[in-house]
Amino acid sequence: MVDMAELSAMHGSQASAQRMKKRRSAELRLQIYGILAITLAGAALVALLWSVVFKAAGALTETYVTLPVTLSAQELDPDGTGDPAVIGRADYGGFVKDLLKETFPSVTDRKARREMYDVVSAGAGFELRSKLQDDPSLIGEQIDYPFLASDVTDLYLKGSFGRLLPQPHSGNLSVIPSEDGKTAQILTSSNDFAAALSKVKLELIDQARGLRRQAAMQDAGVREFERRAANATSDEVRTENANQAISRATERDRLIALAEELEGRAASAGGTEQLTRTAPTVLVRVDQGWVKLTEINATGGVGRVVLPIEQTDALPADDWKMYLTDLPENARKISDNQIVLIEDLMARGAVETVFNTRFFSAGDSREPELAGLWGAIVGSFWTMLVTFLLAFPIGVGAAIYLEEFAPKNKLTDFIEVNINNLAAVPSIVFGLLGLAVFLGFFGVPRSSPLAGGIVLALMTLPTIIIASRAAIRAVPPSIRDAALGIGASRLQTSFHHVLPLAMPGILTGTIIGMAQALGETAPLIMIGMVAFIVDIPTGVTDSATVLPVQVFRWSDFPERAFEARTAAAICVLLVFLVIMNALAVFLRKRFERRW
Amino acid sequence: MTNMRMTDQDLSTRDTKIEARDVHVFYGDNEAINGVDVDILDKTVTAFIGPSGCGKSTFLRCLNRMNDTIPICRVTGDIKIDGGDIYDKSIDPVQLRAKVGMVFQKPNPFPKSIYDNIAYGPRIHGLVASKSDLDDVVEASLRKASIWEEVKDRLDAPGTGLSGGQQQRLCIARAIATAPEVLLMDEPCSALDPIATAKIEELIDDLRQDFSVVIVTHSMQQAARVSQKTAFFHLGDLVEYGETQKIFTNPEDKRTQDYITGRFG
Repeated sequence: MVDMAELSAMHGSQASAQRMKKRRSAELRLQIYGILAITLAGAALVALLWSVVFKAAGALTETYVTLPVTLSAQELDPDGTGDPAVIGRADYGGFVKDLLKETFPSVTDRKARREMYDVVSAGAGFELRSKLQDDPSLIGEQIDYPFLASDVTDLYLKGSFGRLLPQPHSGNLSVIPSEDGKTAQILTSSNDFAAALSKVKLELIDQARGLRRQAAMQDAGVREFERRAANATSDEVRTENANQAISRATERDRLIALAEELEGRAASAGGTEQLTRTAPTVLVRVDQGWVKLTEINATGGVGRVVLPIEQTDALPADDWKMYLTDLPENARKISDNQIVLIEDLMARGAVETVFNTRFFSAGDSREPELAGLWGAIVGSFWTMLVTFLLAFPIGVGAAIYLEEFAPKNKLTDFIEVNINNLAAVPSIVFGLLGLAVFLGFFGVPRSSPLAGGIVLALMTLPTIIIASRAAIRAVPPSIRDAALGIGASRLQTSFHHVLPLAMPGILTGTIIGMAQALGETAPLIMIGMVAFIVDIPTGVTDSATVLPVQVFRWSDFPERAFEARTAAAICVLLVFLVIMNALAVFLRKRFERRW
Repeated sequence: MTNMRMTDQDLSTRDTKIEARDVHVFYGDNEAINGVDVDILDKTVTAFIGPSGCGKSTFLRCLNRMNDTIPICRVTGDIKIDGGDIYDKSIDPVQLRAKVGMVFQKPNPFPKSIYDNIAYGPRIHGLVASKSDLDDVVEASLRKASIWEEVKDRLDAPGTGLSGGQQQRLCIARAIATAPEVLLMDEPCSALDPIATAKIEELIDDLRQDFSVVIVTHSMQQAARVSQKTAFFHLGDLVEYGETQKIFTNPEDKRTQDYITGRFG
């Protein structure tokens, strides 16, 4: 028998103090873990949002190149009909190219011309066409028309391909163009190009390092074959391995000699270096004329004329400029020619950056500068509409039936378990179901919001049913008793009393389910909503895509400009999700009733 | 005063309103009521007393078939109101409950306005043709439940904003509004303070003029104060049923004697 008085004496003993200490430190540890976890999650969220928003900022502006253009009637509407159909048939792509050729008459060779055409978007001609179709009276006029810049131009202006770094210089410049005007000799009176030269030489050290690495590999080969030769059992094998070792040693020595030569060039001041595609670009500018150096020494070099330059002698330092790019040409999507043309257009004041309304009003496009999100937003709207119209009434109806009317037996238990299981089914399975049943059997149009909406409704149903049942169950039974007690039928009780009280919870669950559906990609891929669709859908049977699928598609495109658009699309999606969740919170607070 | 009121009753002139014969109630396999015979008089307050779990509430809920809402509950035997079997197939429990109103243990007004609380019953049963008629019914019901003076200026205020005693009188008014003939009350004062209880008791005494009132109570004083007939239930049996005065002063059964003298329960 335990003596309770003895037990009570144990309170406050040393052991109990020890236990207390342990308990307190365990509690403290738990708190610290909790705070750490929350901090970590918060930091991850902030980092995610910051990176997405930061990337998305690039999609918020677009660039136009405004050029004076003569809308020659002869070219665009030879018969002067003023008929939009006739005007539409003209070759606007060629028209824009001709305009660029006129703007830069000195650009003549094929490759340079192709690069020049790339400064302006491929869609610029189509825009001009629709403008003229809307207003045929412009034909024959001369106007300043803003041509949409290409993604490359836009990205260059946003600094994605590095910057042109003006270099300090003090000497007087002499330019001696060659006879055909394609190259030019550059000379300054002081060592203005020494800094650029040493930058180019850094490149040499890099190359030498690479060569030495290769040499080391060859050296390893030499030793391996020498070992094999030493261990060889037959003369034949020994000779073969020895020969291998010798050829590798030769190669090693050649590489080392090359590396040493490069290192020697890098170490010595002065000298002349070739500028390859892997070296930073050195540009010299005199007014409208640009020369790209192909050969550099401390006081100048030889260059290719990009835009024509007058012969000059002893041009003072303030009248010429020297630039260095921070990325070599092969490390960026934009060529040196294009940089020069864009810089020239900027100097003319023809380049203008404006807010990108197109992104929020246009449909999808292969050209990043033409691509917009509106098609996906409208597609999402139609899809969500179908989802809501199907999932809400069916879900709430099922919840009311199961909670208020259904007998509690094995069958309803089975149904309940399966509804809960359905909520955990991977969403792509619903896509497969939609593909097999709705597209395959019922012939719902592929890629349509109708098909997507049905599939997402299936996916959302369990969420809505579970949330609605919880909300209905939370209505106190006394309300049901009260209604039944004065002679309301079960239907009247459910619809007049239970449902209005459960509605905030039901709506919250529905909106959460809809938000989940809005962000869903996988099932829609199965039913063909990943297709490339340019047109804005006008109904539930048109082909369409939705926001998350658009994000998925854009993230897959190789063009760099889609990176910013992907991030911007994610932001738009997030904004919609936040709005929906805020709406859920608002509805809950607004219609919450106490009893 | 209570005794005076009881003595000036002449119960022999009252008609029988509810006639129950051999009523058994089962919850699954568990028998909660084992054979109850009782005649409840019109324009009389009948009290059901007994220890917890004795089946008095269960029996009360048989009288307006509220037990139908419990899936595992089964009722056998005959219960007749004005001679008509309420468990007959032709009887719609919804119609029955309009005729047999009920007030619950905890005040349970709808989370709607006071007006809508009262008007809901008449509306769904189509008792009134016009808005002004409905206004009249609401006022009459609230007056009868002696709460009109307290709420007449705020009929649009939510019923849940009233005090507990007011809410319970609102619930009584709501039950009255469907023009029932019988009013069942399941411990209507158990959640109320003594002052609110006194008001409800006074009200019950008034209601006797128009309805047959059946009240389940745990308070023997309350049973003695408000009822003319008392039924004592014990373990599912109706032990003793008779005039309240007789039950409280000269019970026939030993168990009744023990219960009212506080020896158990």
